[in-house]
Amino acid sequence: MLPPLKLTHVIEKTVREEWGRILASLTKNLGDMQLAEDCLQEAVISAMNHWQKNGLPKSPPAWLIKVARRKAIDRLRRDQNFASKQNEISYLIELENQKNIEGERDVMQHVIPDKRLEMIFTCCHPALEEKTKIALTLRTLGGLSTQEIANAFLDNPEAMAQRLVRAKKKIAIANIPYEIPDKQALPERLSSVLNVIYLIFNEGYSSNSGDSVTRADLSDEAIRLARIIKNLSPEETEITGLLALMLLHDSRRQARTTSSGEKSGEMISLEDQNRERWDNAKISEGIKLIKAALPKQRLGPYQLQAAISAVHAEAKTWEQTDWAQISALYNLLYAMQPSPVIRINQAMAVSYSQSLQAALTMLMDANEAGKLDKYQPFHAAKADLLSRMGNTTQAKLSFKIAIKLSNNQQEKDFLIQKISH
Amino acid sequence: MQYMCLIYAREGAGPQPGTAEFGGLMQGYQEFSETVTKDGVFVGGEALEDVASATTVTRENGKVETMDGPFAETKEQLGGYYILDCKDLDEALKYAAQIPSAEYGRVEVRPVMVFDK
Repeated sequence: MLPPLKLTHVIEKTVREEWGRILASLTKNLGDMQLAEDCLQEAVISAMNHWQKNGLPKSPPAWLIKVARRKAIDRLRRDQNFASKQNEISYLIELENQKNIEGERDVMQHVIPDKRLEMIFTCCHPALEEKTKIALTLRTLGGLSTQEIANAFLDNPEAMAQRLVRAKKKIAIANIPYEIPDKQALPERLSSVLNVIYLIFNEGYSSNSGDSVTRADLSDEAIRLARIIKNLSPEETEITGLLALMLLHDSRRQARTTSSGEKSGEMISLEDQNRERWDNAKISEGIKLIKAALPKQRLGPYQLQAAISAVHAEAKTWEQTDWAQISALYNLLYAMQPSPVIRINQAMAVSYSQSLQAALTMLMDANEAGKLDKYQPFHAAKADLLSRMGNTTQAKLSFKIAIKLSNNQQEKDFLIQKISH
Repeated sequence: MQYMCLIYAREGAGPQPGTAEFGGLMQGYQEFSETVTKDGVFVGGEALEDVASATTVTRENGKVETMDGPFAETKEQLGGYYILDCKDLDEALKYAAQIPSAEYGRVEVRPVMVFDK
């Protein structure tokens, strides 16, 4: 028999994997995101009890949505304005009375139709603040906890929780629809969605907290969502750019952590990765996509980043990388998106294409007024440059700050290992 | 569901009465009103007289105080409103963006509160 802790882990995993799909479907049914989330949360608690006692059901997600719907019916019946909720209740009961929902995947599809795309357009609605859009999508579609989202934003959990509550309230009161926008509104709505998808991908690719750096499910989810949107609007080169970028990053999934031995799961830098372990299918798909998009002359940040990633992917070795081209691409990117992380990456490229000193100057300029003092990648980059310059003492100091600022064990281990070199 | 579109603009912004452009603006409003009426979303809407004609009252412990002008010295002034009955915020925003004054002012879209919901 499985020890209880193990089962709890399985339940958590199921909930995380299926959360977005179930919540989107439930929200579409109920027309109320907060109610849907509360009911799903109750169903999850109920699952903890039942599954511990009776083992896992045949289809955990089907079980969850069924219980969540029952919770919704209960709540709506208890509601003071019972009469005004009649429509919702009859609809839920109708769903409830549908044939047996155990097992089969196609039956699953029927019971839980995929409404994640509708949901993402709601979560990324222009009537919501940028940060709220991202947080809401991560919470509702990524199934991340408020704590994890707060970590990702370097924000405090209470403020993040309040932000999410306010957002759901606004969606309900202002009646922001759960729909895919019409063709006319689509381009504008899309860029907001792309931004959010990329953040989900990154959350999966290098999770900010927790034990595993690669939360493959979230990365896959982001890629899947990007594919759906690309089909919806194939002429948008930035969608293609984003999809290519994510595929190219994802191609290194197997190579970026150690897989065997006692040090299994440790992060490996791009420099030290075994390029044999890169996923060639993903690389060729990514390169093909970006090569098709670039000639259309509608450059955007995702296409540029994909192009950078493609330059890396095409290099046989780290030494053979076309650093000058990468630095030039970062320059174009910075012009469009002046963010510190881009400057940090450009500085690293400059350290190979020009000189370590030029790179360090660029890095220190990026930290004007000490605004990156609490930013882990800044200190990690600085440590790397100093160490390569032979300034071991200062490098160690920067490594230590970077380690202190990291809240991911694999990242910490990676930096600790660097210190000892 | 009803949305109130509050039309704000800085005083002196946009076409002023007595100019040729002003006629165009009025024409724009007339067309907008016709559109929302034809589409069956129009509930109400009026233009307001200038803030110079406004009077503000407050009451403290039963004592009424009357002041000349708007309460707060805001640069942007409420110049008029529409109440539209739309299926969702997207539809309301679509109409709000067509209000002529959106060109030189801004239109704030607020859901009308529904009691006992």
